[in-house]
Amino acid sequence: MPTVEMTSHLYRFFPALENREIKVPIGSVAEVLQAVNEIAPGFTNYVLDEHGALRRHVNLSINDTIVIDHKTLSDHVPDKAVVYIFQALSGG
Amino acid sequence: MPNIILLGTRKGTVIVDRSNSVWQPRPIEHAGIPVCYAARDPRDGTFWASLDHGHWGPKLSRSRDGGATWQDVLSLKYPEGARYIVKVLPTPDFDPLTPTGQPEYADATVFKIWTIAFGTAAQPGRLYAGTIPGGLFVSDDGGETWELNRPLWNHESRGGNLFAGDATSENRWFGTPASIDYGVFEPGIHSIVLDPRNPQHIYVAVSSAGVIESTDGGQTWAGRNRGMLNDYMPNPEAEWGHDPHFVTACAAQPDHLWQQNHCGVFYSGDGAANWRKVSLPDAGVHFGFPIAVDPQDGSTAWVVPARGDSARMAISGGLCIARTTDGGQSWQVKRQGLPQAHAYDIVLRHGLDVSGDCLCFGSTSGNVYFSEDRGETWQCLGNNFPPVYSVRFG
Repeated sequence: MPTVEMTSHLYRFFPALENREIKVPIGSVAEVLQAVNEIAPGFTNYVLDEHGALRRHVNLSINDTIVIDHKTLSDHVPDKAVVYIFQALSGG
Repeated sequence: MPNIILLGTRKGTVIVDRSNSVWQPRPIEHAGIPVCYAARDPRDGTFWASLDHGHWGPKLSRSRDGGATWQDVLSLKYPEGARYIVKVLPTPDFDPLTPTGQPEYADATVFKIWTIAFGTAAQPGRLYAGTIPGGLFVSDDGGETWELNRPLWNHESRGGNLFAGDATSENRWFGTPASIDYGVFEPGIHSIVLDPRNPQHIYVAVSSAGVIESTDGGQTWAGRNRGMLNDYMPNPEAEWGHDPHFVTACAAQPDHLWQQNHCGVFYSGDGAANWRKVSLPDAGVHFGFPIAVDPQDGSTAWVVPARGDSARMAISGGLCIARTTDGGQSWQVKRQGLPQAHAYDIVLRHGLDVSGDCLCFGSTSGNVYFSEDRGETWQCLGNNFPPVYSVRFG
């Protein structure tokens, strides 16, 4: 099963995701994020906009590869892959 | 006298309490998160904060226990099919009279929840929110669910009903520089004015379009910009393209509206049917962002004059407030208790409020000042707050 890791900033809003291994079924990036949303309701509202696209300042990679399809999140997440969710920039 | 002030700041929500005649700030809430607006609903005492997350999208946060605990509210969202005509930042050779080709459409996403307004006492649960990119959202259940006001979104002044198809008219709404942080150049609704006499009567102000009025609860809307002067356009009297920085009305005399505009201070004594420029540039009263009107006397208003427009800071290093009591025919500048040297403050559009005889304002330099004598004299409530975006009495 793929694993999901994320910036610790998101733990502030979703403490249910902290200090645990997040294992989700194989699927598209969109399906992976929905699986995380089932563990932590509201999660997708933070990383996706109202059209299901990745927010402008959020990045997501499958292993070392940043996903290209930010709009429909169709990239396939294979078994044993690690999905990383992190900020695209930082501010003052 | 009010006992609570809510500050929306770059680093969170600061609640300042008055106890034994002393104002004391509490530890910051939403620490580290930009809060572009915070206010208390006078109907039920609920505190609201609009969180302007850089990464995670705008969110509303609500406290029903006086600020002790806060909960996220399911955020407002644009419905499927809500599109707008993309505006681009003007280039130096931009000619607003020359069409720029075929319109480009984009699906709407909430970039910023710029302001929140509370319905009248006759409308329990009614809330309004104004966004970038120019959406007016309405809730009738205390913020649990929100709905886009489609007649305003579909207004002919911004291209017609884009839910149904392509544009049938020209988009005359311009972008606001406040949207550039989000990578776009789109309009924003920052002022929502409700008529206490008639819940069906609503004004909104849009940067950069102007003032728009509905008298039927938001089913139809019409521009109310007669008398406005727009110095930066080829036709200063054009109906659209105005940049109200903030618009407010007198609670007891709602036909008295005031507007601090990019191009001066404007007053209307007839419900925005006609505006009159009441700036006095020689007295420094011209450019600025916020404006406050006396809750009882529609002829009395306050502004925070600033050096405009590219400088955007206090004039000649001295911070001041200007007050009129005669509908803008004359202005008195008040400085007592405010710094008069090396002050570079700018007070943003939601950064000034009035309650009875009390006024309070906060600047992006993190300074907050309070007056209990209608602006005659001021006391400092702190110099080290984060940059202040909004100030509202609770």
